[in-house]
Amino acid sequence: MFSFVVNRFVQSVLVMLTVGLIAFAMFRFVGDPINNLVGQDTTAEQRAELRESLGLNDPFYVQYARFAVNAAQGQFGQSYFHRRPVSELLVERLPATLELSLVAAVLALVLGVPAGVYTALHRRGVLSQIIMTASLFGVSIPTFLIGIILILIFGVMLQILPTFGRGEVIDLGWWTTGMATPSGLKSLILPALTLALFQLTLIMRLVRAEMLEVLRTDFVKFARARGLRTRSIHFVHALKNSLVPVITITGLQLGSLIAFAIITETVFQWPGMGLLFIQAVIEVDIPVMAAYLVVIGFVFVLINLIVDILYFVVDPRLRVDRGAAGGH
Amino acid sequence: MQYRKSLLAAAAVAGVAFAGLGGAPSVEAKTFKYAFQGSLSTLDPHGLNETFLLGTLGNVYEGLTAYDADLQLVPALAESWEVTAPDTWVFNLRKGVKFHGGQDFTADDVIFSWQRAGSDGSDQKVRASLISDIRKIDDHTIEVKTAAPNPLLTQEMVQLLIMDKEWSEANGTVTATSVSGGEEGNFANLNTNGTGPFMVTENTQDVRTVFQRFDGYWGTTDTNVTEVVLTPIAQDATRVAALLSGELDLVYPVPVQDWNRLEGAAGVQPLTGPEARTIFLGMDQSRDELLYSSVKGVNPFKDQRVRAAFAHALDLNAIRDRVMRGAATPTGVMVAPQINGFNEDLNTPYEYNPEKSKALLAEAGYPDGFEVTIDCPNDRYVNDERICQAAASMLAKVGVKVEVFAQPKSKYFAKVLQQNGYDTSFYLLGWTPGSIDSHNVLANLLSCQNVEKKIGLFNLGNYCNARVDEITALVEKETDPAKRQALIDEAFRIVQEEVGYLPIHQQPLSWGVRDGVTVAQRADNVLDFRNVVVP
Repeated sequence: MFSFVVNRFVQSVLVMLTVGLIAFAMFRFVGDPINNLVGQDTTAEQRAELRESLGLNDPFYVQYARFAVNAAQGQFGQSYFHRRPVSELLVERLPATLELSLVAAVLALVLGVPAGVYTALHRRGVLSQIIMTASLFGVSIPTFLIGIILILIFGVMLQILPTFGRGEVIDLGWWTTGMATPSGLKSLILPALTLALFQLTLIMRLVRAEMLEVLRTDFVKFARARGLRTRSIHFVHALKNSLVPVITITGLQLGSLIAFAIITETVFQWPGMGLLFIQAVIEVDIPVMAAYLVVIGFVFVLINLIVDILYFVVDPRLRVDRGAAGGH
Repeated sequence: MQYRKSLLAAAAVAGVAFAGLGGAPSVEAKTFKYAFQGSLSTLDPHGLNETFLLGTLGNVYEGLTAYDADLQLVPALAESWEVTAPDTWVFNLRKGVKFHGGQDFTADDVIFSWQRAGSDGSDQKVRASLISDIRKIDDHTIEVKTAAPNPLLTQEMVQLLIMDKEWSEANGTVTATSVSGGEEGNFANLNTNGTGPFMVTENTQDVRTVFQRFDGYWGTTDTNVTEVVLTPIAQDATRVAALLSGELDLVYPVPVQDWNRLEGAAGVQPLTGPEARTIFLGMDQSRDELLYSSVKGVNPFKDQRVRAAFAHALDLNAIRDRVMRGAATPTGVMVAPQINGFNEDLNTPYEYNPEKSKALLAEAGYPDGFEVTIDCPNDRYVNDERICQAAASMLAKVGVKVEVFAQPKSKYFAKVLQQNGYDTSFYLLGWTPGSIDSHNVLANLLSCQNVEKKIGLFNLGNYCNARVDEITALVEKETDPAKRQALIDEAFRIVQEEVGYLPIHQQPLSWGVRDGVTVAQRADNVLDFRNVVVP
C-alpha cells in the first residue's frame, strides 16, 4: 500500500513537472509581456532593462527551471499585472472557484441522478422524451452560449437575477463566501447552472444507461420473482449497483469542473481562478499563468491519486493482481 | 381658476423656500455603479503610465494641473504659475489643501512625488526626467527647472500625481511599485492617500473598487455622488447585459454593434462622441526591400506615387458607414480636433478616387499592383481588425493584394515595435498624444527614427523628412502660440503632401448610460467622477 502511494506520488510529481515545462515552452507564443507593463511613452532602454530584470531574455528552460525551483519552495513569484505575489492572488481567488464548482457538482448530482432514474424507468414516457431531447442541448450547446442565454432571460428580460460577479461576500479571513448573503446566493444561481449543465446531462445519461443495464440483469429478475416491491427493487437494488461508475466519473469530473470553470467565470465575471487565468493570458502575465496551470495540474493529479487509492482500498482484486504480478 | 393656480404656485414656491431654509442641504447617499473592461492594475500613481489607470486615479490623487470636461488645462494643486526663464517655472501651490489622511499639502510633497516618479520601477520616469530640479522657495511656492525649455510642462504635470511625503515615508513606500518584485512599493500598490474628491475605501483587484466622497476636498465639484463602485467586466456581452439589466449606471466601452440594442432598450442609451485617438495606417519607408511583399529588390512604399495610390484607394466614408456604424470621424491629419495644434483647414481626407489610384500605381511601375501584408491588432482599437479587412478589400479594387495578419495586442505590439526591430511592412496603429498636444505626435510618429535622441520611435515605418525633424525641435521650445501653430501646420502639411501616413479616422467613444445619469464624456476616454450626476 505504502509503496503504491509513493509510486503514484513520484509519477504525479513527474506529471506536474511536465505540465510546467510544456507551459513555459508555450509562453513564448503568447506575446511579449513588456508592452502591457509600461505606458506608450516608456523608452526602449527602460523596456529592455525591465525585460532583463524579469529574466525574460533567458531561454525558456532556464526560466522554467527558475520557476520550478521557486515553486517547489512555495514561491510562485510576483504577478506582472497585479504587482502582488501570485500565491496571494491564488488564495484570494480559490474560494470563488471552489464554491462555484462544488455547488455545480452538487446541482449536477441532485438533478442528474433522479432524472437518469426517471428516464430509465419510464423509457417511453413523454417527460422522458422531453428530458432526453433537452439533454442533447446540454451536451451540444457551448457553455459560453448557455451563460449568455441565461443572462439574457433571467438578467435582462426578467431582471430577477444578477448577471455578473459574486454579490456580497463575507470575509472569514482565510475564506470568502458568497453563500451567506442573499445577494451572494442569487449571484451563484446562473453561473452554477451554466457550469452544472454539461455535467448534469452527462450524469443523467450515465445513470440512465447503467440503470437500463442493471434492470436487465438476472438478480433484478430474481428480486422481482421474490416479490419485492418495485420501489425497493428500483432504488435499492438497481440504483445502488448503477452508482459505482457514476461516483468514479463524478469524482474525476470535479477536476474538470474546477478547470473548465474558466469559461463560466469569464461570462459571469465570476472572480475565481479561471478569470484570473484568462486575464493573465490577455496581459501575458507569465507568473500567474504558470502558477495556475501547475495548481490545476496538481488538482487533477491529487484527484486521480485519491481515486487510485480508493480503487486500491475498494477492489481487493487489484491487491491480489499486484501480488501475483511478481510471478510473471 | 387662475387665482387658484397661482396660489398653488405660491405655495409651491414657499415650500421650496422653506425646504431651502431647513439648514444645510441634506447629503443624500447616492451610489454610482459603473463597469469598465479592465481593472486597476495598481493604485500606485507612479506604477503604470496608462490613461485609464491615471484617469481613474485622478479622482483620488491630483497633479499640479488638471483637465476639465473639455480637456482644457485648469489649475489643480497649483493655483497659478509663470515662466520666469525658458527653462524655469514658478508654481504657486494651493493653500489649505488636505490629503485624505489629514496631512497638509506642501512643496515638500511635490518634490517628493517628483523624486518618487523618477525612482526605479516607476513607469513615470520619462515624465519625471523632463524636470531637472525643483527648488522649494517656501511651503507653497516652488521653482521648477526643466531639462530643456518645454512649453508643455503644465500639460505633462496633469498626470504626475502628487503623493504625501509623510504618509509615504511612514508606510515605507518612497519608491514606486515595481513589476519585478520587491516589497518596498507595495503599500501604495494597495492603499491610497491623495488630495482628490474621492478616496478608495475598498479595492479587491478584478472584483470591485469602492470610492467614497472625501468631505475635506478643497474644491467644489458638480457631482452629487457620495459613493462610486467600479466593477471590471471583461466580456463585452456581459458588460452590456449588466447595463440592460439595470444593475449598473454606466458601462464602457460598448461594442459599436450594440448601439442599436441600447437605443431600442428602455431606460438606457448609448453615449458616443469622437475620441482624441487617431487611427491610421503606416508604411515601411526605410527598408530597401519590404519584409512582407511580393515586390523584390525595391521598396514600393519609398515611391510617393504608391503611397498616394494607397491614399486614394481608401474610402474612409465607407469605413465609417459600414465598419463603424457611422460613428467615426474620417480624418486627413494625424491629430484629433481636441488636440492642441489641430487645424481644421488641414483636416480634409485624401480624395477617394480608385481611377487615380490605379493610374498612380501604373505610373510607379505596378500596373497590376503587388502583394503586401498588413499587421493589425484585433483587440486594441474599436473594430481594428475589420478596418484592416475593409482597407484590404478597397486596395484589392485597385489591384493591390493585401493579406491581413491580425493578432491580439500582446502579439501585435511584440512584433511591430522597436524592441523587435519594427518587423512590419504595413500596419494599423492608433495614437492619442498623452500631453494633448501635437508635439507628442511630431516627436513620436512623424520624426525620423532616432534612438539616441529618443524621437520617432513609434514611427514604425520610419517616414523621414529633415524639415519635419527640424520643426519638431522648434515646436518643443517655441512658446509663442501663433508661431508654434504655424510650425505645426507646416509640418502636418509636409507629411500630408508626401503621404507619410494614411490617416483613417478618430474612433468613437462608446459608453452606455442609464437614463437620468449625466456624465462628461472626455475625449481621452477618462471618466471623471467630478462631473457625474445621478438622479
